[in-house]
Amino acid sequence: MAKLARRRPDMPSLRPVEAGKMVAPTAGGDPKPQSRESGRGEWGDSIFQFAMLLCGLAVLATLALIVYELVLRSGPSWHAFGFKFFLGRDWDPVSVAFGALPFIYGTLVSSFLALIIAVPLSIGVAVFTTEMCPKVLRGPLSFFVELLAAIPSVVYGLWAIFVLVPILSNYVEPFLGNTLGWTGLFTGAPYGIGMLAAGIILAIMIIPIISSITREVLMVVPRHQREAALALGATRWEMIRVAVLRNARAGIMGGIILGLGRALGETMAVTMVIGNRPEIAKSLFAPGYTMASVLANEFSEATGDVYLSALIEIGLALFLVTIVVNALARLLVWTVTRGQPSRANA
Amino acid sequence: MPDTGKSATITTVPPISLRRRVTDHAMTAVAVLTVIVVLVPLFAIFAYLLYRGMGSINWAFLTQTPKPVGEPGGGMANAIVGSAFILALASLIGVPIGVGAGIYVAEFGRNRFGDTIRFTADVLNGVPSIVIGIVAYAIVVLYQRHFSALAGGVALAIMMIPTITRTTEDMLLLVPQSLREAAYGLGIPRWRTTLSIVLRAATSGVITGIMLAFARVAGETAPLLFTAFGNQFWNLKANQPTAALPLQIFNYAISPYDEWHRQAWAGALVLIVLIVSAVAAVRFAVRRGTFGAA
Repeated sequence: MAKLARRRPDMPSLRPVEAGKMVAPTAGGDPKPQSRESGRGEWGDSIFQFAMLLCGLAVLATLALIVYELVLRSGPSWHAFGFKFFLGRDWDPVSVAFGALPFIYGTLVSSFLALIIAVPLSIGVAVFTTEMCPKVLRGPLSFFVELLAAIPSVVYGLWAIFVLVPILSNYVEPFLGNTLGWTGLFTGAPYGIGMLAAGIILAIMIIPIISSITREVLMVVPRHQREAALALGATRWEMIRVAVLRNARAGIMGGIILGLGRALGETMAVTMVIGNRPEIAKSLFAPGYTMASVLANEFSEATGDVYLSALIEIGLALFLVTIVVNALARLLVWTVTRGQPSRANA
Repeated sequence: MPDTGKSATITTVPPISLRRRVTDHAMTAVAVLTVIVVLVPLFAIFAYLLYRGMGSINWAFLTQTPKPVGEPGGGMANAIVGSAFILALASLIGVPIGVGAGIYVAEFGRNRFGDTIRFTADVLNGVPSIVIGIVAYAIVVLYQRHFSALAGGVALAIMMIPTITRTTEDMLLLVPQSLREAAYGLGIPRWRTTLSIVLRAATSGVITGIMLAFARVAGETAPLLFTAFGNQFWNLKANQPTAALPLQIFNYAISPYDEWHRQAWAGALVLIVLIVSAVAAVRFAVRRGTFGAA
């Protein structure tokens, strides 16, 4: 943990600028080695600080550039469609009619589906690793879960196409259709490819993020809280519920929202299994389309300014949503861990 | 409870009721179950990847370029080299800027401005990779008028910078202040102190950050779709479209040909082996080194 790092050492910053004047408090008190360096040192310092400042400015400039390019290049689409762009259901490049609603719908539904699956599992894993797990297992277990985070999106997609989708279409979807078909959420032909597959693969991908942040937050809960609960006669589960989970609520919420941020922007795995059809269907078996996957599929082939600009406007919307979601998440995690940085690079 | 002789008046703690005990055990079982449910896909992915990948990988795959559709054989050698090329470009751009920004924030940025940079890096970290692809397209591809390895490198560099900046900062802050003071006391100028003493002391941590960033972008596909674009042939020119391993895997995976599916698995295995060995090496280094921060 980088706990040490966040707490700024409030040391007086010693500036070596006056190196020439500084007298070393050594017994010999021989100031020679310092005065030799002084002239060059000041120059070197200014140049060095300036160079590092440029690097820092590059970070700011990158974000500014992202915003600038997205806003600038989505202009034509904004002028052509205005706010209706986000409410329109038609996506027809031939007749230059663009509405982003099916993509927004697909992104939201697949991400929330992923959360519904991932949240209980992630919290379970985090609780197990921090509270119940034998010490021997703790290291390997968190390593394996982190390994899930290291698998590239495209490999998840590959596995989903050849393993997950056949399982869904042969076993899971017929079963869901028979038992829960009356809800309307599980109707239609069980092709395997569709919103459900996208939600499941997204869930697998965001579990490591949510569970590693939850674990981090649970570990911050003070030991005496746990001991107090146990001393009052609580069983282990009651201790976890009352002392641990309740104290870590905000942080867990932050982890969940960070996972949501990742799910919203995830591209490749979703593109490979969601079916890529701009439709709004109630059934989770039906194919859909997300904001990220329409960019992946159509951006390099977009002909015409308005078409390209419409895609970039989708990118801008995706950018804004993920920024807001991530800021919210970091704020929540921060309130719990008090400024210790979260490890997950969502 | 201390036995003071008055124990007769102190009622013994009532036994925990059956309901509470059952709940306790049930919740433990649920937690174990969640772990199993999470680990199953992990093992399934790795097992299937090894099974399909090992069966498909061969010398031709590692040394040849793709064959036209229908012809068996061929490989992804150009994509492997192309990925390495794009990643080298990305590192060349991203590592100096990332480390530099980290140094600035840690050593000079203990103020509002430093906080702004820190916050911006966090924001950048959350930007979806496909959006970064759009921006690289807008600033490099539109300018060069065609897809290029450089555009892919720029996109990946933008993704590397925030991770490197933040880990570099954290690692530099772990270096004790007394080390800096000792250096200043000897009259060493600040820039020498930072580069030769502080950065030197934090080297293993900074390298960890760089490796994590590298591993993170090595498997990225989305930002390369309309920047590096892909190529069926060898290319080592920065201004030309270039094949990349993740792109090739994607294109082959969604194709209808069995032969290409086979190669997609082999490519995925190569990619995973590269990334996992990088992550494992980092983990090993972190556990051994003094910097338990990552």
